[in-house]
Amino acid sequence: MLDLQIILVGALVGISSSLLGTFLVLRKSSMLSDAISHSILLGIVLTYMLIRQTSGPFFIVGAALAGVLTVYLTEFLTDTKRVKNDAAIGLVFPALFSIAVILINVFARNVHIDIDAVLFGEIGFIWLDTLSLGGFDIPVSLVTMSIIAAINLAFVLIFYKELKISTFDEALAKALGYKPGLLFYALLTLTSVTAVTAFDAVGAILLIAFIIVPPAAAYLLTDKLWRMMLYGSLISVGSSLLGYYLAIVWDVSIAGMMAVMTGIFLILAFLFSPRYGLIAQELIRRNQRFDNEERALVVHLYNHEESVHRAEENVVGALNEHLRWNREKTQNVLMRSLDERLILREGNTLMLTPKGRIVAQEIMEPWRGNARPDIVS
Amino acid sequence: MDIFALLNDFTIRNVALGAMFLGVSSGVLGSFAVLRKQSLLGDMLSHAALPGIVLGFMVAGTRQLLPLLLGALISGTLAALFMLLLIKRSRLKTDAALGIVLSFFFAIGIVLLTLVQGNPNANQAGLTGFLFGQAASIVPSDLWILAVVTGFALVIVTLLWKEFKVVTFDAQFAHTLGFPTGVLEIALTSMVALAVVIGLQFVGVILMAAMIIAPAVAARQWTERLEIMVLLAALFGALSGVVGAVISALARGLSTGPVIVLCASLIVLISLLFAPNRGLLWAALKQRQHRASLRSQQILTSLYKLGEEHNNPAYLTEQGMMSAYFGADTARVFKRLESRGFISRTVHMPEEGEHWELTPAGRQEAERILQSFEASSENPKLETPGASYA
Amino acid sequence: MTPSVHEPNLALHVEDLTVSYGAKPVLWDIDLDIPPGVLAAIVGPNGAGKSTLIKTVLGLIKPAAGHVYIYGQPYEQQRRIVGYVPQRSSVDWDFPTTAIDVVTMGLYGRLGWLRRPGKAEKKLAEEALEQVGMLDFAGRQISQLSGGQQQRVFLARALVQNADIYFMDEPMAGVDATTERAIINLLRRLRDNGKTVIVVHHDLSTVTNYFDWMLFLNVRTIAQGPVKEVYTKDNLRAAYGDMVALLSQNPLEAVQDAPVQDDILS
Repeated sequence: MLDLQIILVGALVGISSSLLGTFLVLRKSSMLSDAISHSILLGIVLTYMLIRQTSGPFFIVGAALAGVLTVYLTEFLTDTKRVKNDAAIGLVFPALFSIAVILINVFARNVHIDIDAVLFGEIGFIWLDTLSLGGFDIPVSLVTMSIIAAINLAFVLIFYKELKISTFDEALAKALGYKPGLLFYALLTLTSVTAVTAFDAVGAILLIAFIIVPPAAAYLLTDKLWRMMLYGSLISVGSSLLGYYLAIVWDVSIAGMMAVMTGIFLILAFLFSPRYGLIAQELIRRNQRFDNEERALVVHLYNHEESVHRAEENVVGALNEHLRWNREKTQNVLMRSLDERLILREGNTLMLTPKGRIVAQEIMEPWRGNARPDIVS
Repeated sequence: MDIFALLNDFTIRNVALGAMFLGVSSGVLGSFAVLRKQSLLGDMLSHAALPGIVLGFMVAGTRQLLPLLLGALISGTLAALFMLLLIKRSRLKTDAALGIVLSFFFAIGIVLLTLVQGNPNANQAGLTGFLFGQAASIVPSDLWILAVVTGFALVIVTLLWKEFKVVTFDAQFAHTLGFPTGVLEIALTSMVALAVVIGLQFVGVILMAAMIIAPAVAARQWTERLEIMVLLAALFGALSGVVGAVISALARGLSTGPVIVLCASLIVLISLLFAPNRGLLWAALKQRQHRASLRSQQILTSLYKLGEEHNNPAYLTEQGMMSAYFGADTARVFKRLESRGFISRTVHMPEEGEHWELTPAGRQEAERILQSFEASSENPKLETPGASYA
Repeated sequence: MTPSVHEPNLALHVEDLTVSYGAKPVLWDIDLDIPPGVLAAIVGPNGAGKSTLIKTVLGLIKPAAGHVYIYGQPYEQQRRIVGYVPQRSSVDWDFPTTAIDVVTMGLYGRLGWLRRPGKAEKKLAEEALEQVGMLDFAGRQISQLSGGQQQRVFLARALVQNADIYFMDEPMAGVDATTERAIINLLRRLRDNGKTVIVVHHDLSTVTNYFDWMLFLNVRTIAQGPVKEVYTKDNLRAAYGDMVALLSQNPLEAVQDAPVQDDILS
């Protein structure tokens, strides 16, 4: 039962994060999540100093404000034009984080704001804080993460259209009267809230894994926004599941292993994505190269067909020199082109077939308006 | 506590010295990272160093600097290569690649750490020092290593100065000159890894990003020459390092890393505000000056043109009318013009209040201004410093 | 018409050059011959591969097929006699450096590793700046230069290489009229001194005024040769497709007033 709860919390953290992370990745603002998840420590500390308690809903407010402050300061710095955007990010959050740590050193020594816990969390310990719900002992984390997941999901669904347009075409969004800037701040506020809630479970640094990596992997798998969110969520769940069991088997950090799994999924997507994966790319490239070579051959023959030196041009040997193909490659291309019936051999010369000539003409003189037969597949 | 006693304190001196090396190396190498728009590389490398550090620790058996450094360097370099692979061979952009590699490698590091310690609770695995820097545990032999590594980095930068400069400014042009730009870019990235590896001891994983970026950004505000920028960055870095280290030693209980970073951040803030030419306050002041002089010019030429229209160079203008026309209170401008001798006060008719008249000097000035407007539309005017940042 | 393979008599000899990004061909079977001592323009609509052609010739992009010879030898062996002016937008002008410093970079290749630029290099850089009328701005930070001034600095950087053949990517795009005049005069002087200048040009309306040789490019070579022969309505239509509707019967005359084709097709 505990297993399930831990996995569930992990999955909920993953889903909450990746729903929001989808838009961060698409907006090329991934590293803002890194910034926020560190600087909300300041929010937490200041909240503590104000209310002198170590838990409660006010921390969420503090965190949200810290997140907003981070983004605001970063944008402000960038707008001065003296600092580039990536540099701005790397200046603001360390400063805020440092202030937080020093405040803790000075004012909150005795209190149990365990920075380690904040930064790393350990999802295995969620059973330490439980509530009674309907006779069951449920970890607080489970309850809070469920709420956050629901809120994030609601946000993303309600504002789906606005988010979509704002992400892909900010100018259009403004023209339509949406407020992309406001929406962006709302998104980052939710990210801060998610972060502070998830701290117990996975800590700041591993949170970044959930925000960025599953959406990035999904980005490699699909072109549709809703699918990106779906795949991101599925990958989060999968990472949570597999991460948990592997961590148990190897006796290592559960949250860490879950984060590692997100990376594994990304690597798998990077390699095997049917559309964008490395292997798929190689295959496409290879086929395209074959196509190109055959077309190059055909066009070359076409260009030199009428010329006086036709015999020399069209001789196999000349191909070596002019197209810089070595013997083996020339043979391969010839074989393929012969197979495709684009050319035929007559003794020492090569000639275009009618089919080959059509292909060449289509390339060389497209304004003739010949319909292109799909010859070379 | 007596400051001299402090400076003679062995530990503090070591820490300060080491922090100086940190500052110099981050400043110099960070300059190139920032200029190449790879500021967050430091952030990524510092997180990605964790697996290497853990493995180094495993191999060495004890906490010795050299194997840890080597491990950090290797795992950092692997991470950088992985990141490059993601960027070059997939649709993923730089920011996503940074975040992916950062979190993936760091997570691997956490897992390894808990594996090594036989303790699945990452909290207790002694990470605090690594997070925020464990400067206090610096020993003299460590200092030698840091010094050598810093020295090595500086030598490389000096020897390859023009190559690094041209590759950073215009890599394509550099390629046509025959320079191996790919190799040089990898070299620059590895050097940042070196700087990170040096600095982790002092400021820890989370804050290392700032040490790569802050000194360089601060330096940039003060100069337009790369040579000076890099020197200043080294200076600012060293300053932040030493001052931060000493302060945190003085006030017991303050972690070293955050103090150093705050020093660096303060230097950035001061630079952004007060640097001549580029500084924000400077630019704001200049803008106000420009606006004021523009308004003076406007009013003066308006007086002139009114005189022209009425064919009366001695035409008297009422101040209230000017204010209404320009929609703003013009009293101050009039005073200023008067003090410069361009206009003089007269009384037209006692009931009608004050009027102003152009003096001959004022007329001359107005003509000069109008003529210069004509001329400047021909030639593109030289832009004033700082104007390009508007 | 088989040319002998190396063509030492041609400043630029390109054969069967093909470049594609993934599935899309960007340059297809390009045959290009440019004789020495001409001021040549490469024109074509957006996406026609003009920049790609220059970059491939200079070894910045790897072609799928074909080869490039400069005065009869492969480019890698001719770096010393080739000068390059990239697009102005390819660089961040907020970089902390001065005009003369940028120009001096053109000499780095000659210096080789480890050597630093010295007095001799400074003199050469100053001369180059003088040639483009920018000597007074030598110590100026490049972010404080106007677009036209920046373009001149880039030109000076190429001039200082003292090349025999220059490749320039849209050197007159986005500059003021005065600078454009200055640039074209400079290019003409280069040509008159026997250099070959090959320019990706953005503005159809000035091709016939400025250049003596040209190439119409749209993924494939449409037509090339002396401007007077090549700049015809048929070739324009072939290169730009139906968008040529804006041109009147006499393209040489009408294009003075017509908007730049590139904008419409983008």
